[in-house]
Amino acid sequence: MFLTKEEEKLLESPNEGIRKCMEILVAVGEIFGAEKLIEIKSAQISGVSYSNIGEAGLEWLESLDVKVTVDSFLNPAGFDLERWKEMGIEESYREKQLRIIRAFERMGVKLTLTCTPYYLEEIKKNDHLAWAESSAVIYANSIIGARTNRESGITALAAAVIGKTPYYGLHIKENRAPTVLVKIKGENFALAGLELGKALKEGEIPLVEFNRKPSEEELKLFGAALASTSSCSMFHAVELTPEWKDFETPREKIEVDEAEFEKCSPDLIAIGCPHVSKRELEKIYELLKKYGRVKRNLWIFTSRKIKDECSNLVRKIEELGGKVFSDTCMVVSPASEKFNCVMVNSGKALEYLPKLRKVNATFASLEECVRWATLED
Amino acid sequence: MRIRARGVSKGFARGEALVSKSKISFLGDVDAKSGVIVDRKSDIYGESVANKVLVFPSGKGSTVGTYVLPQLKKNGVAPLAIINERTEVIIAVGAIIAEIPLVDMPEVNVFEILKSGDIVTVNATEGWIEVE
Repeated sequence: MFLTKEEEKLLESPNEGIRKCMEILVAVGEIFGAEKLIEIKSAQISGVSYSNIGEAGLEWLESLDVKVTVDSFLNPAGFDLERWKEMGIEESYREKQLRIIRAFERMGVKLTLTCTPYYLEEIKKNDHLAWAESSAVIYANSIIGARTNRESGITALAAAVIGKTPYYGLHIKENRAPTVLVKIKGENFALAGLELGKALKEGEIPLVEFNRKPSEEELKLFGAALASTSSCSMFHAVELTPEWKDFETPREKIEVDEAEFEKCSPDLIAIGCPHVSKRELEKIYELLKKYGRVKRNLWIFTSRKIKDECSNLVRKIEELGGKVFSDTCMVVSPASEKFNCVMVNSGKALEYLPKLRKVNATFASLEECVRWATLED
Repeated sequence: MRIRARGVSKGFARGEALVSKSKISFLGDVDAKSGVIVDRKSDIYGESVANKVLVFPSGKGSTVGTYVLPQLKKNGVAPLAIINERTEVIIAVGAIIAEIPLVDMPEVNVFEILKSGDIVTVNATEGWIEVE
């Protein structure tokens, strides 16, 4: 890989952290055959929850003495920083998690603690990014037309420190061409996303034909689900996404139906994987007005910024018995582990809850989720 | 015999080889305290990677596995060096942050010329391995 004189100097930096970050970028570049490094607009760093990265991650992050040089966002952590007690988080766990967050804060990473950084800052078409959260990566590439590979927490951090990322994969226009045409048969696109991920081969990019026009939030849930059952980091959607017309239509064609799931009676209904938008909060409030007070646990997850901007709406939802948490979600928080059955409207959460939190998960549409929350046990 | 390879994580080490034909996920397959392979499906199940030149095809699994390599190092049970057929990001980045020399893409099939117990030298800074 070609390196400029300045980049080569970083490999000899007296700061061990900077040297390591540069070595990481060079190694990744060599592995994927990148010709050079390119500058990035922002980085988004995953691997924040202590439940996921554990002692190993915590120790390494605390050992680093580096500062980020571009806008850098942080993925959700293990609990709401303000309402951790309500979530049943133990003090010892809280301390470990706060050490991780403080380590990132010392590096200059913004404590956004969200998987939806695209609701916080304007991301533009063709911006080069180094994002790690798979649902944010697929959203940025597909729905915005920005360019990022699916980074790991560490490679995103290395990119944030150097301000650059290796130029390969989805940073290059011709690698963004669709390889298979996909007709969606099912009614729920989050479930269809799960099924499509299982059907795709490594490296494939689908051009998707939906059977009706999805909302932006439905596209978000579709992408998040797709990225959770595959390494797919980009899709195109006919008439909907910014780059779908830029390439020839693939010849190979498949049909995809909804994924199947287990049924159970939920003691927690959890919405917000990925974190909900303002429109989704509005919709939840409308549905609560329609179905009445919450009688089971209804937890809604969003970014702190959206929560602050919608404080009235949040208050009204909470008056009806829902809880709106920030900084975390049902997938990364150990708080989900004490329930028997978690109902979600997210394909991604349906996929990850049994694996990461070892709880049963079941699925329903947003409207059905809210209705279930208002039913007696 | 000196074999050229690609240096991915710089450094130099000499030691006894531990050869596996299974892909390794450091998160879950290896006990971070002891360095012992706990994945029952692995062909080196029950062996310790500690202070060995660990030879395996590539990595797999969660990217959190990256963090296990510095943890092994801290616990004194890390491999001396790693030889991969073709490395991938989880292992490569883990080796870099743990300062474990790593080479990949050796010019010959190492599984044909190397077996567990052989003494191997790895020079990942210059990009070669030598079997005694």
